[in-house]
Amino acid sequence: MSDNPAGLTEERTTYLNGLVGQARTAAAAFSQCTQEDVDRIVKPMVIAGLEAAQDLARLAIEETKIGVLEDKAIKNMVATEFVYNYVRDKRTVGVIREDTERGILELAEPIGVILSLTPITNPTSTVLFKCIMAIKTRNAVIFSPHPAAWRCCAEAVRIMYETAVKHGAPEGVFTCLESHTLHDNDFLMHHKDVGLIDATGGPGVVKAAYGSGKPALGVGPGNTPVYLEKSADLDMAVVDIITSKTFDNGTICASEQTIVIDDEIYDRVLQKFADLGSHICSPQETELLSCTVIDPATGFMQPMAVGQKATTIARFVGISVKPKTKLLIAPIQGIGRKYPLSVEKLFPVLAVYRAKSVDEALKVCVDVNHAGGLGHTAVVFSNNEDVIRRFADVINAGRIIVNSPGSIGALGGVYNDMVPTFSFGCGTGGGNSTTDNVNVYHYLNIKRMARRTQAHMWFRVPNQIYFNMNAVENLRNFASRSTLIITNPGLEQLGHADIVRRAIPAGTQVRVTIIPDAEPDLKIIAQGVEALNFYKADQIIALGGGSVIDAAKIMKLKYESPDADLAELAAPFLDIRKRVVQYPTEKVNHARLIAISTTSGTGSEVTPFAVMTDKARGIKVTLADYSLTPDVAIVDPQFVMSMPKTLTVDTGIDCLTHALEAAVSIYASPYTDSNAMQAIRLVFKYLPEVYDNPGDEEARSMMHNAACIAAIAFSNASVGVNHAMAHAFGARFGVSHGRANALMLPHVIAYNAGVPTKFMPSPNQRTYIAHKKYAMIADLLGLGGHTVEEKVANLVSATEQLLDRLQVPRSIAALGISKEQFELAMPDLAKVAFDDPSWRSNPRMPLVKELIELYWMAFRGRGSGETAAAVEPPIATEEALV
Amino acid sequence: MTASNCLLVDGECPDKTLREAIERIIAGFDGELVLNFSDVQYIDPKALRALEDLAEEAERTQVAVVVRGVNVKVYKVLKLARLTSQFSFIN
Repeated sequence: MSDNPAGLTEERTTYLNGLVGQARTAAAAFSQCTQEDVDRIVKPMVIAGLEAAQDLARLAIEETKIGVLEDKAIKNMVATEFVYNYVRDKRTVGVIREDTERGILELAEPIGVILSLTPITNPTSTVLFKCIMAIKTRNAVIFSPHPAAWRCCAEAVRIMYETAVKHGAPEGVFTCLESHTLHDNDFLMHHKDVGLIDATGGPGVVKAAYGSGKPALGVGPGNTPVYLEKSADLDMAVVDIITSKTFDNGTICASEQTIVIDDEIYDRVLQKFADLGSHICSPQETELLSCTVIDPATGFMQPMAVGQKATTIARFVGISVKPKTKLLIAPIQGIGRKYPLSVEKLFPVLAVYRAKSVDEALKVCVDVNHAGGLGHTAVVFSNNEDVIRRFADVINAGRIIVNSPGSIGALGGVYNDMVPTFSFGCGTGGGNSTTDNVNVYHYLNIKRMARRTQAHMWFRVPNQIYFNMNAVENLRNFASRSTLIITNPGLEQLGHADIVRRAIPAGTQVRVTIIPDAEPDLKIIAQGVEALNFYKADQIIALGGGSVIDAAKIMKLKYESPDADLAELAAPFLDIRKRVVQYPTEKVNHARLIAISTTSGTGSEVTPFAVMTDKARGIKVTLADYSLTPDVAIVDPQFVMSMPKTLTVDTGIDCLTHALEAAVSIYASPYTDSNAMQAIRLVFKYLPEVYDNPGDEEARSMMHNAACIAAIAFSNASVGVNHAMAHAFGARFGVSHGRANALMLPHVIAYNAGVPTKFMPSPNQRTYIAHKKYAMIADLLGLGGHTVEEKVANLVSATEQLLDRLQVPRSIAALGISKEQFELAMPDLAKVAFDDPSWRSNPRMPLVKELIELYWMAFRGRGSGETAAAVEPPIATEEALV
Repeated sequence: MTASNCLLVDGECPDKTLREAIERIIAGFDGELVLNFSDVQYIDPKALRALEDLAEEAERTQVAVVVRGVNVKVYKVLKLARLTSQFSFIN
């Protein structure tokens, strides 16, 4: 039972509650019907409505004294036949749409009980329309007709109800309130079992519906501006406007209200109106009309004029017109309260305005639109597409009707392919929730069933990779007119640039640009781009470690796309496929980038990343896009044979971290796994050998390959929390990247192998598998162990042993950083690490608290009892890796 | 539970059995009434109204009504008709 805020009698409350209860029961039973069931009911209802169209029109005219019999009959036919034509094949039960590609299924859920308020102007047609919609969607409706149209509406409801029940609809599916008051409506609008209010009527009704707090379709008044532009087919326009404005004596709220006519055609148009039976009012007649049919107190139309003939209105006002006058046309000079006829007039009186230009005409149309017609309907007659588009652009109307009658055009299905309706949504401008022509889909809750879809994955690498000793000789295969070698001073001194120069085919103009051995800044980039432009280079060879190759990538980007905004391109992103910024695809020079790596760590020769320093802003800028990937990579160990021991270790550990993180990344795939696993195997085998014997060619070659292969893996699977922490820590305390990685690595393996506090959303992984991946790596390395837990512990131990063997500092404290210093830095460290995008592909989402714990473990290092197996136990499982 | 307080609701014409249950309650039935809905695949407004009346009568006379074996589709209809809170359900 609903509360009784309206102060109704108990008897009345019981009656109203009974109506709702009956509708609720009917709706509940109706929910079991199938699509075939409802379609079987709808068709005979439509036929019954068509057969009763004229009788219902006559009843409406007799009761309301509004409109034209023939037009009301036509409206009843449109409300049945045209609406049926639209809904007949629409699915409204069960699955209504399926998008197999996106894995989305839409299912219909009925609303239940709908309270429907219907107007005096289109009483029976609105009832017929809403009955068909309700049955098609398995809803029950309580009708509350305008009191002055109750009898005809009740009859329309009776015809629809009896036909529906006869063909299988549940009893009680439609009811019509007996003579009622606003209190009844108020009570029903607030009733807990009413699911939706569909209010078609005046502003009061619509406002009450929306004010009830219930979901509502409130469709109210309009004020349709019409722009009659000089290029229009004038004969057609005049006939269309007369047809529309006289249809049912102008009672359709989408009908034309003010015609704005271009100056050049104004007189001709008025003459055409007059020739076809319209009366053009003199200034005095316009004045008389204004103060009679518009209420001077409210500025709204007088109800007594609604739906009356032009001759009746003329007689009432005291204007002498010919006996068969169809329309009264009143010239006005402006819009607003000073010009009363510029408002909505639901009778055959049209205001006309003479506009001196297109701009003025459009402004006046906007004024009419804003004088009570926002969101409703507007009409333009023109053959100038630019004018039509401008009109559509400035007018706020749910229906913009082009070169056709406003009222019949807005109803849909006659002059255009809009959805047939008797309820025009007016959007927020009209205080409505929709701008649509209200239709069956507004009578449904549409449920969307979304199946899990796998994100599309990729595996991108440079077009060509040459490896093994003397791979640089392959440069002979690349024809070039002008080549620029970018390298650093140390490599130039070692003679590496000369080795490269000698491998370039004869006849190529070769220049060398030396840049500092540090992360490039904007100045270095600009100088490089200047050199590329100066030499008109068609080939760029980057010879160096990560910083040189990264510099070359950015130089090439700016060389090919001079307008590229590096700061904008560095904007953060969560998913590279959905990122906000797009890298330029147009290229000016089509130069080839060949990367020759001289370290065995970053793998920049195959990655889509480039890091630079923005000194002005004091920040590092990371660019990431596959368009940055070099075209050709040369992995020639001769360039790393003389690499210092410390650099060998640091870059080797960086390589291992890349591979380990790529292996457990949420973007890992069989393609990246194969590379990551192989890189891990190579590092464990060859890094100690290179460490012991730096001149071992085979070991050097394998470590050089390992770095490239690990980079291929992380280019496509990304890295994880280890890198995020190492970036923050390395930057804060000036520790090399490889060394910083080493400090975190055993702790992060143990951390990722544990039960996550928070799982990382990852549609491509069916379950958490990081621990199993680690176990798989342990198996690959032959570390032994019977359970996943044992294997993970063995991997952590093996990693620690490797780091020990390489004599890498094993705790942050061992670097000489005091506890106090570290404690002081911690809030910032944790914040910067959490802001680092690297962890976004980590299998486990790190909490800031967890990052702090991991940092402290790294600070204390081994022996504290907190590393490796002491961290949360791994998820024990015997399941095979999937 | 004895056979005397358990009614198998007619799947074809559920309102008939439900009216019978109401009569039993009115006649002074005492205890727990079990309505076996396992044959009911569809429930029409008549049967829903009978259930509403039954719920009202059961509440008045403090008879506990248990609905057994109701399928999920019919259960949802009872939910929409706001009847589930007035009965208890067993499988």
